[in-house]
Amino acid sequence: MSAEDMAALAATDTDKQAADWLQRRHFWAWREEDQKALEGWLEQSPAHEIAYWRLEAAWKDTQRMAALQRPVPRRSAAQLWPRFAAIAVCAAIAIIVAVGWPSFFEHPETHLVVTGLGERKTITLADGSKVELNTNSTLRIVANADGRKAWLDRGEAFFDIVHDSRHPFVVMVGNRRITDLGTKFLVRRDHDKLSVALVEGSARFDAPDGSVMSPVFLKPGDVLQDKGHAIIATRKTSVELKDDLGWRRGLLVFKHATLADAAAEFNRYNANKVVIADAQTARITIGGTFQSNNVSVFADAVRDLLGLRVQVRKDETVISR
Amino acid sequence: MAETPDNSRESAERRDFDVVEASSALKTWFVREVLPLEAVLMQYLQHSCRDHAEAADLRQEVYIRVYEASKKQIPHPARPFVFTVARNLLINRVRRERIVAIESVVDLDALDVAIDEPGPERATIARDELRRLQLAIDRLPPRCREAVVLGRIEGLSGQEIAQRMGISEPTVSKHLATGMYALANILYGEKSEKKK
Repeated sequence: MSAEDMAALAATDTDKQAADWLQRRHFWAWREEDQKALEGWLEQSPAHEIAYWRLEAAWKDTQRMAALQRPVPRRSAAQLWPRFAAIAVCAAIAIIVAVGWPSFFEHPETHLVVTGLGERKTITLADGSKVELNTNSTLRIVANADGRKAWLDRGEAFFDIVHDSRHPFVVMVGNRRITDLGTKFLVRRDHDKLSVALVEGSARFDAPDGSVMSPVFLKPGDVLQDKGHAIIATRKTSVELKDDLGWRRGLLVFKHATLADAAAEFNRYNANKVVIADAQTARITIGGTFQSNNVSVFADAVRDLLGLRVQVRKDETVISR
Repeated sequence: MAETPDNSRESAERRDFDVVEASSALKTWFVREVLPLEAVLMQYLQHSCRDHAEAADLRQEVYIRVYEASKKQIPHPARPFVFTVARNLLINRVRRERIVAIESVVDLDALDVAIDEPGPERATIARDELRRLQLAIDRLPPRCREAVVLGRIEGLSGQEIAQRMGISEPTVSKHLATGMYALANILYGEKSEKKK
C-alpha cells in the first residue's frame, strides 16, 4: 500500500465513530430512537459534530459525482468510466449468482394497479398490509422475501402497513422515499407536488439520491408538502386527517376551501369538469361534505346556497356569478 | 358561507409552519468555506507530523478551534483565519514538545506565503469530479470498495449489500464506514491535481 493510501485510511477515533453513525443512517433501518441517539452523540462535543459534518459533506459530494454517471453516457463520459464499468459488471454477475437470473431483471412479481376517473381499488398483501388507491392513480408494488416496495407513479394512495422491521415497507414517489416504521399514511402526488400525511405510527421521509438534506421523521398528524425545491412540514388534527381520507368512503370534505380548490378536487374524480368562470368566484370559500362522484349535488348546493349561476354542459359544469 | 376570510385560522396555520431543511449558518459556512481548505491544511500540518494519524489528530484539533472561535462570529474570509489557527496550534506544539525539530517552525514561515493565495483546488474539483471520484474509489481496499460501489452507485441497502457480498451485516457496516472516512480524506485532504 502506498503512503498516499495509508494517509487515506488515517482517521481519528471520532472520525471512525462519525463514519459508523453515517453509514447506519444511510444504509440501515433508522428509527426515531436512532435519530435521538445520534443527536445525543453530536451534542456531546464539537469534535463529534465537526467530524460528522465533514463526512456527511464528503458523502454528499460522492453522490453528486456519482449522479454524473447516470445520464446517457456520451463518449467522453464513457472513456472516463472503464474501471467503473468493470466494477458494475462484476457486481451484476455477483447479483445474478446471489439471487438467480429471473429476479435480476425488473422484479417479475411487480404488480401494476391502475384506477380510472372516480375509481377506487384496495390491494391486500399476503402479510395483511393494505393499500387503497384513489381515483386516477397508478401504483406498482412488489412484495417478496427481499422486501416490500411500492412506487406511486400518479395519484393518491392510503397505506395501512403491517410492520415488519426486517422488511420495512418503502414507498417511492419520484426520487422521494417514505419508509414505514409501522404505519398508516396517505401519499398524494399532483404533478410536481408531493404530500405525505401520517395517520398512525411513524415513518421516515428522505431521498435515496441525497436530494433531501436530512431525513424527516413523521409522527401522527405530520403533513409534509414537498414541492421539489422546498419541503414544508405542517400538522393536522386527527379530524382534519379524517377529512383528507374521506375519499376512502367516496366523500370529499371541504372546510374553508375555495371554490377553485373544491372544483379541482371534483375534477380528480369526474369526466365532467367543474369550471369556475372568474377569479372572484373562485375565491369564495365553502364547507361541506359531498359525494366525490356527484357533481350535480355540488352544483345545486352552490347555486341554491351561494346564489351563483350554474350551467351544465356535456363535459363541463360552469359556475359563475 | 360566502366570502369570509378566516384570519384566525390562517395565522394558526402559519405558526405551525416549520421549514424542515434548515441547517445552521455555522455548519453551512464550515462545509462550504473550511472543508475545501483541507488539502492545503493537511499539506501544512504534515510538515511537522511524524505520521498520518498524527496529522489527522491535528486536523481535528484545528477544526475544533475554528468551530469554537466561529460560534460567536463567523470569520470572513475563512482562509487566513483557519491557517492562523493552524499556525498557532503548531507553534504551541513546538514549544510543548521539545523533540520537534526547529525546521518545522522554519517551514511554517515559508509556507505562509502560499496560504494567502486562493487555492486552485475548488475549481479543479468542479472540473473533473467524476475522475476524482473514480480515482478515490479505486484506492479503497477491495472489499470496502465493493461495498461502497454497491451502496453508493447501485443504491443498495446495507442488508442487500450483505446478501450480495455474502458477508455479515456488521462487516458491511465496517466496510461502509471505512469507505466513508477514506473518501473524505481523499476528496478533501489531498490535492486534486496530484500526479500518480
